[in-house]
Amino acid sequence: MKLIFERGTEGQHLSLMPACEVPEVKLRQTREQPLPLPHISENELTRHYTELSMQVHGINNGFYPLGSCTMKYNPKINEDMASLPGFSAIHPLQPESTVQGCLEVLCRAEKYLCAITGMDAVTFQPAAGAHGEFTGMMLIKAYLRDRGDTARTKIIVPDSAHGTNPASAVMAGFTVINIRSCADGGVDLEALREAVGPDTAGLMLTNPNTLGIFDRNILEITRIVHEAGGLCYYDGANLNAVAGIVRPGDMGFDVVHLNLHKTFSTPHGGGGPGSGPVGCKAPLRCFLPGPAAAEKNGKYLLVMPEKSIGRVKSFNGNFLVVVKALTYILTLGRKGIPEASENAVLHANYMMSRLKGTYDIPYGPFCMHEFVMSLEELHRRTGVSALDIAKGMLDSGMHPPTMYFPSIVHEALLVEPTETESKETIDDAAELFLRLFNLAQTNPGLLHDAPVSTPVRRLDEVGAARNPVLRYEND
Amino acid sequence: MGTYVPTTTAERKQMLDAIGVKSIGELYAGVPEGLHIGNNLDLPEGLSELEVRAAVTAAADKNKVFRTILRGAGAYNHFIPAAVRSITSREEFVTAYTPYQAEINQGILQSIFEFQTMICMLTGMDTANASVYDGASAAAESVTMCRERKRVKAYISACANPQVIQTVKTYCFGSDTELILVPEKDGKTDAVALASMLGEDAACFYLQQPNYYGQMEDASEIGEIVHAAGAKFVMGVNPIACAVMKTPFECGADIAVGEGQPLGLNLAYGGPYLGFMACVKPMMRRLPGRIVGQTADVCGARGYVLTLTAREQHIRREKASSNICSNQAHCAFTAGVYMAAMGEAGLKEAAGLCISKAHYLAGQMEKELGWKLKYGGEFFHEFVAECPCPDEVLQALEGNGILGGLPVEGGILWCVTEVVPKAELDRTIDIIREVVLP
Repeated sequence: MKLIFERGTEGQHLSLMPACEVPEVKLRQTREQPLPLPHISENELTRHYTELSMQVHGINNGFYPLGSCTMKYNPKINEDMASLPGFSAIHPLQPESTVQGCLEVLCRAEKYLCAITGMDAVTFQPAAGAHGEFTGMMLIKAYLRDRGDTARTKIIVPDSAHGTNPASAVMAGFTVINIRSCADGGVDLEALREAVGPDTAGLMLTNPNTLGIFDRNILEITRIVHEAGGLCYYDGANLNAVAGIVRPGDMGFDVVHLNLHKTFSTPHGGGGPGSGPVGCKAPLRCFLPGPAAAEKNGKYLLVMPEKSIGRVKSFNGNFLVVVKALTYILTLGRKGIPEASENAVLHANYMMSRLKGTYDIPYGPFCMHEFVMSLEELHRRTGVSALDIAKGMLDSGMHPPTMYFPSIVHEALLVEPTETESKETIDDAAELFLRLFNLAQTNPGLLHDAPVSTPVRRLDEVGAARNPVLRYEND
Repeated sequence: MGTYVPTTTAERKQMLDAIGVKSIGELYAGVPEGLHIGNNLDLPEGLSELEVRAAVTAAADKNKVFRTILRGAGAYNHFIPAAVRSITSREEFVTAYTPYQAEINQGILQSIFEFQTMICMLTGMDTANASVYDGASAAAESVTMCRERKRVKAYISACANPQVIQTVKTYCFGSDTELILVPEKDGKTDAVALASMLGEDAACFYLQQPNYYGQMEDASEIGEIVHAAGAKFVMGVNPIACAVMKTPFECGADIAVGEGQPLGLNLAYGGPYLGFMACVKPMMRRLPGRIVGQTADVCGARGYVLTLTAREQHIRREKASSNICSNQAHCAFTAGVYMAAMGEAGLKEAAGLCISKAHYLAGQMEKELGWKLKYGGEFFHEFVAECPCPDEVLQALEGNGILGGLPVEGGILWCVTEVVPKAELDRTIDIIREVVLP
């Protein structure tokens, strides 16, 4: 495919700007570097991106069981609501009296997310899950500093955690203690007891964890951390299995982040924008980023929390994403939210039951919203790896599951069907998984070569990193 | 109640049978008994699409949409071509995730590669990443790029956007980096003070161009001061201004970052926007976040992949250069389409219109209202005008559908973009005249 810089001819352009109707003024010092942006007609511009879009796999193109990413359907009404001029054309620094609707959206979304998480307050400034993790870690840091508790410098993270967890803790100035998981995939209580102490600032935990297992010792885990004087941080990446059924606040968590682009159906946009609101219990509320929306005597206003950690982003976070998530919550309501969770769990277990007995599924007997398979044995026997199976799926038009994560499972495929897929789709996908397993025995070479029907075949990633070409050069 | 679950009752039963359980509840056996909230979820009843539309629209209607916006201060009301809105709403781009499977996501990867290229063209820098959350977090991440073992202090101009300063401060509190504010003098960074402040422990200095007050800084001169102290020079730039002003590269910047919202994104009450980050080649591997690189497939065909991942959290965990995972991909895509639609000529025309119209309004305020500009330096599309009664002026404008400038110390910070017609600027002057000149 041509790059946009390889299309068009000098002299082609769109007709966008009017003539200048006031006396012209120019800067004294101007750029001398050329600005070789595309020269292209509107027709060709549109064709270029249409062509690109035909080489993109979105949820609307087909099944997308990308574990831990929750690729559920993105409702159209959400997009419609976010594009209302009453939201999209609002300047972030308008007077409060002229943005009562925006502030109402933030306040209502906060109230509902508090109900779902069992927290007392929520900030919408963080733009993504990892940004929320950083914000949450900063809350814990500020809370401990405020108490004069400067010896607590360590954050405990299980080895099954997302890579963002340890990275976020370090950005907030903590040292990370990694602890092992036990055979059933849960936190090893002995390892946790050994790890906690007077230097413990807190624990970061995803529950259900990245193996798709709800940790049955959750109350004991949070108790151990609290008794040692630390705080518990809930990574909400997998809240979509339990939203409306159990609340992180009741599990003993003090701080949570949510991914509105996972649990609350907002689109992933090819890798953002997401939204990573952070909720906390009352004692941490005064440290939240600000200013935050609040209601007083029927009027909405912006207030700065008393001991705020400050800003983590300009303005009010990814506001339009919050509008979409609020639309989703209002649509589903008190019965629909748990219904979505239950069906996510049902679908995952059903798909797992179809693959059990063929694929090695190391954790069980049941899963939550996702399950992990290990292709280690298949790989040893046939030479076909998790990567090969994934690439084989591409030829059938299905997006593969997450590969090689969590890293504690060898040759892992993490499968998350979500609640918005039909039984028919799940059955078709299961059939494909089974066919590919067979193919691995009978003709592994085909899988090593896959994909063959995609716009490009397997790409040289090592070469890309060794000799980085990160921009188009016109020469 | 609304639902997006397609599974019928009969199918549910089939699935439960296949799993070998009687109810979905059995699948939650791992959840401790007392933790189930049962019917106690404190949310309203779900709604039909018709009702939801009415409810959310009612909230939108409580906001005031201004016909004319003369306020910037970090978020700018620029013209967005129809082609940009149409192209970027294609649902393949909207509903995909990070292109982990490169073979079926060349469209996203190539669009990011094109975005990276265009950001390099605009800033003059060598390499750009696939975006971060916004301009403020881009500034904060740039500090991390510059920190070295013995260079641990970060400096930032007091003339930078206050929200950027606050965000950098938060990140610095996280990493225990000392952040020092370099004072303002006559609406610009005090270069003499800067020279005296930077020592051997200085990691970097952040300069905003044009600065918060709209003033054009003497960036090249400041770059020389920063480099003389052995520190890195970071410039936070307005991307529209970049089309005409001396580029960060020409000013000697090691890193150029900025708020990408002016490149085709709605004001949207503050987000989603995007932060762009570009740097000189030697700092390439210090960039945070996703980066797309060109490579070839097994048959030698050109293709694109996420690359240099050894910097990233999913590989390096606690040793990663940043924790960023999701960025603002769709916003970066939008910015790329915008730059392609505008082209060199369109972008330079837009920048030129901004400058000319802002100077026209400033001139009319001096001539017609007798107001003084607070600072005498060269400016782009924002300026501070002294004003005897800002509240009254802004209220009168608001009543006429005009969002006036932002009240700041000593006056009002005005912004004029290409979308405001001359007649509207004249009307603005007329409305203000009625308030201030009895």
